[in-house]
Amino acid sequence: MSDKLKHQEGRRKERLDRGIKVRSDGVYAVSSWREMAFLVSPRLLLIVGLLAMPLAFMPLPYWQKVLSIICIYSLLAIGFDFLAHYVGLVSLGGALYIGAGAYISALLNTELGLPIWASIPLATVLGGGLCTLLLWPCLPLRGVYFAIVSLMFPLLAGRIIEALDVFGGTDGLIGLDGFPNVYAEQYVLIIALLLCLFGLRRLVNEDVGLVFRGVMDNDQAVKASGINITTYKALGVFIAASLGSLGGACLAHIYMWAGISQFALDFSIIPIAATVVGGGGTLVGPVIGCLILVPISELLRDFGTLRIAVYALILMGFIVFKSEGLMTFGARKYNQFEHWVEI
Amino acid sequence: MSAVNAQPAAQDQQPLLSVRGVNKTFGGVQALAEVSFDLMPGDILGVIGPNGSGKTTLVNAITGFIEVDSGTVTYQGKEITGLKPHKIADKGLTRTFQVMRPYYSLPAYKNLIVPLFSPRARRTGGWRGGGKMGSRDTVAVDILEEIGFERESYVPYKAASSLPTGYLKRLELARCLALRPEVVICDEVFSGLSMSEMASMVPLMEKLQMEGITLIMVEHRLRELFRLANRVLVLNFGAKICEGTPSEVMDNEQVKEAYFGSEEVYSYV
Repeated sequence: MSDKLKHQEGRRKERLDRGIKVRSDGVYAVSSWREMAFLVSPRLLLIVGLLAMPLAFMPLPYWQKVLSIICIYSLLAIGFDFLAHYVGLVSLGGALYIGAGAYISALLNTELGLPIWASIPLATVLGGGLCTLLLWPCLPLRGVYFAIVSLMFPLLAGRIIEALDVFGGTDGLIGLDGFPNVYAEQYVLIIALLLCLFGLRRLVNEDVGLVFRGVMDNDQAVKASGINITTYKALGVFIAASLGSLGGACLAHIYMWAGISQFALDFSIIPIAATVVGGGGTLVGPVIGCLILVPISELLRDFGTLRIAVYALILMGFIVFKSEGLMTFGARKYNQFEHWVEI
Repeated sequence: MSAVNAQPAAQDQQPLLSVRGVNKTFGGVQALAEVSFDLMPGDILGVIGPNGSGKTTLVNAITGFIEVDSGTVTYQGKEITGLKPHKIADKGLTRTFQVMRPYYSLPAYKNLIVPLFSPRARRTGGWRGGGKMGSRDTVAVDILEEIGFERESYVPYKAASSLPTGYLKRLELARCLALRPEVVICDEVFSGLSMSEMASMVPLMEKLQMEGITLIMVEHRLRELFRLANRVLVLNFGAKICEGTPSEVMDNEQVKEAYFGSEEVYSYV
């Protein structure tokens, strides 16, 4: 008898989540510390990891800035993921959301003299509302048509500000209040990101989340159920746009400046790339995608224009070889962990 | 003829739904030509006709899924022509889809969360609800059990993608019932069902009628339809060619010509 077989006498391999799966599917009925740890530890890893990052990057001020940018892209990316995989609208309007949040927050801060703690929340809501109003006529569009139209808005907004020379024109709005210190900046963003992430995850599994998914899968049946689908699409856009505007408002206060470059296409494209890398429909995946892609993008700055080429290769690799995304892949592997049990 | 058929609607009643001179063309094809009919409360109105005769178009026109070119649809004394589908469903005039449209990724009972979330269901409390609704999940499972999803064998909890056609047809009906409807327009609920599935569907429709739901049934299955319906409307090339009781329709020469060719109608029924 081989050593391996002898090893198996009186016991067998069992998946770590077997007990949880057997007792209930979806409703977590946990009965031991080990099961609770199995369920909680990935979430805890994300929360503690994100909260610890500003402290870990203390000696590296440059990377502290990068962390803030990661959070802003993550806010955009979970908004994109929510809109694309739970409402069925592929939105390339990320730059519009950022720009709207940045300019509104800048105007509130410089023109009305509102303090930073008022201008950011106000810009979040007003920016979300403004973007929803702008996109409202496009809501009946689907798929690539909505994507194209939503991409037009940030391009248009930048050119209009430039041509009409309003809101500071090409110079932008300057003289915004900054965050009191770099930790306030980072913890505001990280806590906002965590709240939005877990809040959205809760939302999509509530009854209203099922309505959103109904609008995506099967809008005719939702109409036949007496529900106005335009209202729900608008609500979805409002949620995603508010997340983006929150990021944009923070961005403006971080740089103490709001300008046309906040309508840059990066804000529309990187969230999509992050969603592809992280795994669409998982909500946490895009955050992981941003945690990977944004630092890579920073590291590649030394390569000059080759940066885009390397970036493109990484993305192509992910799309071709791991199109399900890291989070989906990781979650599957995590649930397949086995351990020996006595029988 | 079942006992249900023997109760004709009272003559002095107001029609619940009244369709007047509805026209619809799709690029030169006359899909509906001057279709008019009245639906009395408590009726089961059958709508039959050969393939492409405009049955589903009529359903779409009534429920607002397509815009009609001319004509009016009046429901409970108010004109509803041109209203959006969700507004019409909100008034209690609901429909099923011929091609079933469940949310495949969800368990069957979760499919009913969407209609139970609608403003109308919140007002009425869902099927039989007295304006109050507890947990939507519970109401959903109750509705499904009522219409034949066996709770003991966990059918309401199975993924919609794993259910056979018979259950999906019932799920379509359940989606309407969740709104506590006045009228349900069933677009071919019998098509694609096995004989035994159909046999259990007939008493279900009778039960709905007993509960005061007025039904329009668009059907190809004449045997089952003629047992249920107390009036039948026959469409051909978008035009109404005949309306009457099942026996009147069966005896109508025009119907035999248009719908059954030269063959004897009774051989089908």
